[in-house]
Amino acid sequence: MSDTTLAAPKRRRLNLHVLGPVLALVALIILGASLNSNFLGYGNVTNVLARSAFIGIIAVGMTFVITAGGIDLSVGSMAAFVAGVMIMAMNSMIPTLGVGVPLILAGMAVALLAGLAAGLLNGFLISKIGIEAFIVTLGSMGIYRSLVTWLADGGTLSLDFEARGFYRPVYYEGILGVAWPIIVFAIVAILGELAMRHTPFGRHCAAIGANEQVAKYSAVKVDRVRMGTYVLLGMLVGLATIMYVPRLGSASGSTGVLWELEAIAAVIIGGTVLKGGFGRVWGTVVGVLILSLIDNILNLASIVSPYLNGAIQGVIVILAVILQRDRKSAD
Amino acid sequence: MTPILSAQKIIRRFGPIQVLHGVDFDLVPGQVHALIGENGAGKSTMMKILGGYLAPSGGDLLLDGAPVQFTDQKQAEAAGILMIHQEFNLALQLTVEENIFLGREKKRGLFLDHKGMQDEAKVLLERLNCHVDPRTRIRDLSVPNRQMVEIARALGRNARVLIMDEPTAVLTNRETDILLEQIDRLRAHGTAILYTSHKLDEIRRIADRVTVLRDGQHVLTRDAAGFTEDAMATAMVGRELSDLFPSKPVPQEEIVLSVGNLTVPGRVRDASFTLRRGEVLGFAGLVGAGRTELMEGIVGLRPATGTVQVMGKALKPGSVLAAREAGLVYLTEDRKDKGLLLGKNLTENLTLLALDRFGRVRIDKQAEDAALTTAIREFDIRVNDRAMTAGSLSGGNQQKLLLAKTMLAEPQIVIIDEPTRGIDIGTKQQIYDFIAALAARGKSIIVVSSELPEVIGLASRVIVMGRGHIAGELSGAAITEDAILRLAMGVAADDAAERETA
Repeated sequence: MSDTTLAAPKRRRLNLHVLGPVLALVALIILGASLNSNFLGYGNVTNVLARSAFIGIIAVGMTFVITAGGIDLSVGSMAAFVAGVMIMAMNSMIPTLGVGVPLILAGMAVALLAGLAAGLLNGFLISKIGIEAFIVTLGSMGIYRSLVTWLADGGTLSLDFEARGFYRPVYYEGILGVAWPIIVFAIVAILGELAMRHTPFGRHCAAIGANEQVAKYSAVKVDRVRMGTYVLLGMLVGLATIMYVPRLGSASGSTGVLWELEAIAAVIIGGTVLKGGFGRVWGTVVGVLILSLIDNILNLASIVSPYLNGAIQGVIVILAVILQRDRKSAD
Repeated sequence: MTPILSAQKIIRRFGPIQVLHGVDFDLVPGQVHALIGENGAGKSTMMKILGGYLAPSGGDLLLDGAPVQFTDQKQAEAAGILMIHQEFNLALQLTVEENIFLGREKKRGLFLDHKGMQDEAKVLLERLNCHVDPRTRIRDLSVPNRQMVEIARALGRNARVLIMDEPTAVLTNRETDILLEQIDRLRAHGTAILYTSHKLDEIRRIADRVTVLRDGQHVLTRDAAGFTEDAMATAMVGRELSDLFPSKPVPQEEIVLSVGNLTVPGRVRDASFTLRRGEVLGFAGLVGAGRTELMEGIVGLRPATGTVQVMGKALKPGSVLAAREAGLVYLTEDRKDKGLLLGKNLTENLTLLALDRFGRVRIDKQAEDAALTTAIREFDIRVNDRAMTAGSLSGGNQQKLLLAKTMLAEPQIVIIDEPTRGIDIGTKQQIYDFIAALAARGKSIIVVSSELPEVIGLASRVIVMGRGHIAGELSGAAITEDAILRLAMGVAADDAAERETA
């Protein structure tokens, strides 16, 4: 009976909720541009976007995991581990393959496979063995972090100098002045958005996150879809690592620290519901950009200390969740 | 006698929509006053106003003759007015005792007085003839026992007025009997009771007075004595109800489903039966007899052993998808937790089961939209706004949406578990008509129901389950309430068998 009365105001609120992250992003861009004239320059824009790409690619995968009611805390450690494995594999293949395109492709394949395997392991433990996602990925977070530290013997794993020189352009160059990481991030984001909104996989993720029982009773292969989200995320971690390794050419125990939290924060800022059931990839992209811009603006303008970056990001995340809650109480 | 709580000319608006148009209502000590009406007639709103959950937009509430305004439900509770919700207000992880004393725990010094609370809980439960250990967790209790705990909780708060929102919707006949006895006892103690139910025979049995609402209008209030079920239904609907059940379709020869020695560990033993094309097969039994578990075992929702053949082909076990692809679907009894995504819109709910029909790679949203239009028309789903969530539909319309969702998979065999739980009589009739029409179109339907008139009125053959196995089968004129109950309770089986052959 109260249906009719709720329908109209709810819509208006929903729009505000949709627009919220976008408005925040626009406000940040205006703020940045007014504080520093170089802010909108080619160099800074490329820098911000390329640095966003790693977290961004991972966060797109995280959106699916969270939408399906899961969480993955292991992605930062996983990225470090995959980077370490990739570097070691490439170094060991140089005598046979030499430095060239085949070596790079082989390294990329190793990274994707390592990511896939890591995601498969998480997904298997969560969906087939039935352990809580938080517990499983908390565990694997420690395992991967420790493994990469061990592989590096507490120091740094470095890619062979010559190979590094050959691989560098994958981070620093691109087509038509757009860097490769930005291109890859854009493609991942577009495909992710399409998958979320227009494919049965995306619909099934949301259904599982909203109510697993209903999904099960509606002939959705809950285990398989859930596993799929973790595998997808693992492969995207592999892809992000492929873009990351040429930047520094090394990996250590401190690679990718706190990436998981940044990725989760970006997903939440973007309007995906933390307990699952609703997710949007474009929102995640906006979330990633908001986080990067805050960092960038603090570095460019000297009003607030860059050391307060984390505090500001934290406030933004909490604000985003408060907005989400408002929407809930409206429906 | 003077009423404890009295409502005078109550009006309630939600935004521009007026849902109550001046309703008068008295609750007198030692009297059961039934409030009946179709879904959406304004019963829930009226109860919430009396229980302090909602404030009236106009009119007066009188408590012991003096005007009163409840700003929230706590104030009403302090005045001795308690409401028992359809969806229980119990913390599942807490024990019976903890729930009964939630928010008013007894203390001894700084610490909780567990002993005292347990003893008092026990006394309260004894009064209700309910023998559960106060230390049991609610999640381990059966639904009727949970209901008893709710009532014990209300008694513990010295309820003078008890508002019961469809307490028997989830109970079997036997459990209902127990509940009605308890209500009798409460009435004898001088509690004023507001009772709602869609089951008119219960109203006849328990109510002293009856108030009928229709579209928020106060139709009438009268003594229950002499108020026939027929007259109640007519007053609720505002028109004469023709025969509630459509004529029974005649099954064809072809066997479409054959279940052999199906066993669901701990729940169902060696169940075997067959289903013919165009047949409506009823499944009756008490709650806990294993009917739902058997059906869930057949469609692959529960681990089961035994054979299931659909159209002569063995069904891959343990896969709901395989069952759906073979043309066998199951419509759950629990539409809120297992049937619909309450927070999602109508389209996403409608197409979830048969999503692959709308594109395996890319979902065709236009086709989905067209499917919703068709479903709304075919199943007469009353929708205010196509973008609304499934959760904001009324119960009857949710059930129709669930039915539409199930039928979108174009099944040959539909198992419907409790097809009309918690929905009003007008919608019930529509659903019965859908079921008969499906059978007439050559689909086969299994109706699992705890409402005997429903099974008797719809099915041409009834299988009765008791304690996890098939207790017997009745067909044609042998399908009577008496015969079903005897089989379900395992008494005088030979007598029932005799009727079957008759």
